[in-house]
Amino acid sequence: MTELIFEQSTAGRINNAQYQSGTFSIDDLPQALLRKTGPALPEVSEMQAVRHYTRLSQLNFAIDTHFYPLGSCTMKHNPRICNEAAMYDGFSGRHPLSPASTGQGVLSCLYDLQEILKDISGMSEVSLAPMAGAQGEFTGIAMIRAYHEARADDARQEILVPDAAHGTNPATAVMCGYTVKEIPTLDNGDVDIDALRAAVGPQTAGLMLTNPSTLGVFERQITEIAALVHEAGGLLYYDGANMNAILGKVKPGEMGFDVIHLNLHKTFSTPHGGGGPGAGPVGVSKRLVPFLPVPRIAESSGEYVLLDKNDCPQSIGRLSCFMGNTGILLRAWIYARMLGRDGMKRVADYATLNANYMKVKLEQGGFEMAYESRRATHEFILTLKKEKAETGVTAMDFAKRLLDKGYHAPTTYFPLLVPECFLIEPTESESLEELDGFIAAMEEIRRESVEQTDLVKSAPHSLPVRRLDDVRAARQLDVVWQEDAV
Amino acid sequence: MPFIPHTEEETRKMLDAIGVSNIDELFDEIPADLINERLDYVPPAMDEAGIRRLCKNSAQSDGHYVNFIGAGAYEHHIPAAVWQVATRGEFYSAYTPYQAEASQGTLQLLYEYQTMMASLTAMEVSNASLYEGASALAEAVLMSVRAQRKKHRILMPETINPAYRETTETIVKNQGITISNIDYSGDTGTIDLVQLNDQFTDDVAALVIPQPNYFGALEQVDELVDLAHKQGCLVIAVVNPLSLAILKAPGEWGENGADIVVGEGQPLGIPLSSGGPYFGFMCCTQKIVRQMPGRLIGRTLDAEGKQGFTLTLQAREQHIRRSKATSNICTNQGLMVTAATLYMSLMGPAGMAQAAKASHANTRLLVEKLTAIDGVEVVFNSPFFHECVLRIDTPMDDLVRAITAQGIIAGMPLGADYEGLQDCLLVCATELRTEEEMDDFALHLERIVSKE
Repeated sequence: MTELIFEQSTAGRINNAQYQSGTFSIDDLPQALLRKTGPALPEVSEMQAVRHYTRLSQLNFAIDTHFYPLGSCTMKHNPRICNEAAMYDGFSGRHPLSPASTGQGVLSCLYDLQEILKDISGMSEVSLAPMAGAQGEFTGIAMIRAYHEARADDARQEILVPDAAHGTNPATAVMCGYTVKEIPTLDNGDVDIDALRAAVGPQTAGLMLTNPSTLGVFERQITEIAALVHEAGGLLYYDGANMNAILGKVKPGEMGFDVIHLNLHKTFSTPHGGGGPGAGPVGVSKRLVPFLPVPRIAESSGEYVLLDKNDCPQSIGRLSCFMGNTGILLRAWIYARMLGRDGMKRVADYATLNANYMKVKLEQGGFEMAYESRRATHEFILTLKKEKAETGVTAMDFAKRLLDKGYHAPTTYFPLLVPECFLIEPTESESLEELDGFIAAMEEIRRESVEQTDLVKSAPHSLPVRRLDDVRAARQLDVVWQEDAV
Repeated sequence: MPFIPHTEEETRKMLDAIGVSNIDELFDEIPADLINERLDYVPPAMDEAGIRRLCKNSAQSDGHYVNFIGAGAYEHHIPAAVWQVATRGEFYSAYTPYQAEASQGTLQLLYEYQTMMASLTAMEVSNASLYEGASALAEAVLMSVRAQRKKHRILMPETINPAYRETTETIVKNQGITISNIDYSGDTGTIDLVQLNDQFTDDVAALVIPQPNYFGALEQVDELVDLAHKQGCLVIAVVNPLSLAILKAPGEWGENGADIVVGEGQPLGIPLSSGGPYFGFMCCTQKIVRQMPGRLIGRTLDAEGKQGFTLTLQAREQHIRRSKATSNICTNQGLMVTAATLYMSLMGPAGMAQAAKASHANTRLLVEKLTAIDGVEVVFNSPFFHECVLRIDTPMDDLVRAITAQGIIAGMPLGADYEGLQDCLLVCATELRTEEEMDDFALHLERIVSKE
């Protein structure tokens, strides 16, 4: 067990290398507005701080240390050059409100990224402003609303989402003032097009779709779906979470989508960082261009400029104080330039090869696939409901036992449609040996679940902690350390 | 093939195992007319040496400027260990801690971060971050409306960063929430208390209070909090986290303290980086914690009674509640929070207080030097903290162009956002500014002002 940093503090300990020398008066500030007691922050030496956090880092699984087949998260290798170059002084030291004339270098990189994303997505214009996929979704749905409002089409208050959609989709629709209607999915993994046909009408603002879907299969009737929604006067939103499956092979713009978002922290390999930062740029078809958020990077007579609300009067507005997660955008741009034209489709090719290989081998190993007759895209789902029925071992137990074997578990219990499911996405950067190792581990756990059921049910055993009590965490809420707490 | 390890032999082996003859066959469920491998713009691949060269050139071409500008992002000293440790692969390439047992490093760090932010703001709980300051304010507005059911108006002083106000409007406008403006006093540059008093209609959910405000001026936070609470409104505080090393924390404003506290975490060890990635922080009272968006890490026990950390109260979030979630936020700013936690641990309360004091002292010194110039004067009659508004007797566009040409970013012109402040500049000096740099700035400014 690692002590908390606060438990290693000693009152009065100062890290002198970081303590600016000099005496500075604040006697012009009113006493009533000053702190009476200092904040209870750690008082440790630099060595203690470095040691503590270095040790903490060693308690983590990470892509750098473990195979991490999390479905829909695209845990591919994070090339180090992206981090190095994005942090060059000229990039990291520039103040966001410096005039554009002082940022032609960084703006040229970002503009290049914009154009690259336009090319691979087949959309008319791209904005790099949204800070993550969810903000990209918000931007897209807000633009759809702005579009309908500009046409005085106020009856459209409903957004359609498939029942298998990622939770951010309905949450976003509600944030934009819409009601949500779910469309069921058929057993073969396709959206129920008859249900969709019945659901569209003058109240439909739009449909949010991921393709390949969250079920890991390609939505084969996408052209028909697009036509249906467009005929009813609605717009089509593309959740780009699964872009890794079709990068360089299929363009969302050509599937009929009016607005898309991409997750650069997935497809373009920017670091997951323990939960962000991400970047969720949006691409739009011509009719939505006026509504793009500001600031927008544009090029005018060889110079890069930032357009604001005055230049774009119909813009939905600003999404953040500055221009987005610039450092992340730079990392994505560097990766995109290293992939280059031929590298884009290679990503989709090998991500798909790896996923299909795993699907076939696991199936041969006796595991039940959720959509066995379908091709895997860059990911696929297997269900452990049979194993649960036979041994009582659940997907959760399997996942925890995988940790013992040195693998991060795949996505579990999403999508909600498939019981006891694993959504497995190897990505293109994993080698054949790694995949075979994972498959062997899965088969081993299956044997263990029959022969040593309790071992699996009480996993993990070899990690810094055993299975954690989530119920207690919520019931006896302890989110801030207190000195005298037990 | 960059980042793809497969040899031709391995590829063949895998295709055989699947039972197809080439990779294209694996895409046979996609309608043929949708397959389009043509890219017109994406250039050919660059190797690492090439991209390194390109980036060095681009970064260098932007040159180096001395920053006398703040307005929401501040150039502070960042200890070398912050980014060396934060970019360790185990932090850099880790995912969201959904499998808690495999993420105790990140989870414990986030718990420590939550503890530090709660202490800094004197609030009971903190979340594990939002995207950045402006959208954090938007989330606070949504949270206060949820907590206050049936009240859909927010009082937003003009002394809030205009970009924060604009961002909030973009994010909340589709949920039937009205943002009402509160004027500032032209004399003090702070919230006009008299005008504010008349604005408390029955439908007001919350009052937003900045400290320091956008002009660097210090608001009368105690009076404002008590006034708002008396009227049955919540208080949303918007603060600079480094300033809280010496300024009174929002949890201690007035009789009962603020209800929600948000702000921009960038001053805590995050480089300027043309505006991002930064991180937004949010703290609140225990009473409304279930309305708070974003991730929350809780301490608990494992099956052997050992201490451990895990994501908690997940029923607030989109992956559980979907359309009923407190927010759609999923990915947040994990790596930046890692850096900020390292920053706070390396600096400690004494180091942070010193940096805040030095920033304040430097701004005072800067203002002294600049106002010694004929035609430059302080605008507001108020105590200010580490930023100050100056009125300069020179057309602002000319001024900015001329100073920039000298390698100095002079400050933030306020004319575009504030009608009465056409000739005004918001200047800032952090602890990193030297007296030489300030003298250089004053020299050039004097030349420009006297020329006109």
